[in-house]
Amino acid sequence: MTTTFLEYLVFFAAAAMVLGGAIGVITMRNPVHAALGLVMTLFGVAVQFVAQEAHFLAAVQVIVYAGAIVVLFLFVIMLLGVDNAMDLSIEPIRVQRPLAGVMSVGLVALVTAAIVKADDSAVLQPGAGLDVAGAPPTQGASGELNFVAGGGHDSNIRQLATNLYGDHVFAFELTSVLLVVAVAGTVVLTRKWPRHLAERPIGDDAGDVVDGATDNGGAG
Amino acid sequence: MIAAIEPSWYLVLASLLFGIGAFGLLVRRNPLVMFMCIELMLNAANLTFVALATKLGDINGQTAVFFVLVVAAAEVVVGLGIIVSILRRRPGATADDLAELKG
Repeated sequence: MTTTFLEYLVFFAAAAMVLGGAIGVITMRNPVHAALGLVMTLFGVAVQFVAQEAHFLAAVQVIVYAGAIVVLFLFVIMLLGVDNAMDLSIEPIRVQRPLAGVMSVGLVALVTAAIVKADDSAVLQPGAGLDVAGAPPTQGASGELNFVAGGGHDSNIRQLATNLYGDHVFAFELTSVLLVVAVAGTVVLTRKWPRHLAERPIGDDAGDVVDGATDNGGAG
Repeated sequence: MIAAIEPSWYLVLASLLFGIGAFGLLVRRNPLVMFMCIELMLNAANLTFVALATKLGDINGQTAVFFVLVVAAAEVVVGLGIIVSILRRRPGATADDLAELKG
């Protein structure tokens, strides 16, 4: 009884964190407060990961999302000085908010109906099973480790690593290409070009086309 | 005796999170907050992946979350770079002003 009660407590406390933080993100007038609401949501999701035995993903969630991405958000907010409160009552398109509300409520209702409908249907293709914390793995005759259900205390990390570097190693290598391209693109986007380079678009050697995107605030 | 936590509860929670994120993305006009709402929706997808990995006993769901994390990091880096280069020239620009991006 106590285990189930604790599970309930963890689930509903983390769910309250997730939903409260998410509502904070969309209702806070100050972007810094919205970022703090995002941190609360991310921590709640990390707790839900722990509750589902995804320990490594919970750690990565806290380190990468709450650590790196939110810090990047806060860094941009502070760098640009846009941490002043915005007026949320401005509504450029009259029916936008009711339409958005109808759309999101309808989306949630549709997905929830699908979940309820699919809940009692049979699993078509069950997986090989997840290793959860338990007894340590046994060692085979040729020295390999056999992970039975209920592996060691780090069995989730081992299983995830075996899957990631085995079945998905090509996709994993491609993500490094993606990250390098993203970093290079950001550097190109945000650097301040020298004056003689800024007068013409990048890659235009003739220089007779003056690009409006590189002038200094003429449109403002 | 109360029932144990079902994986579908996590799916319902994820759908609520996705709905909140989609609503915020549609109604907020600050590009930074819109990006945060995209992060909310990505987290809803992550929660769905992990819940179904638990339900089906398949580790591939957790691996997919790993790739979603990488793509989200790359997306945030590029998106914030674009936002920085826009807001540096036009402080206080909202999503309605971003039509200037067209060449």
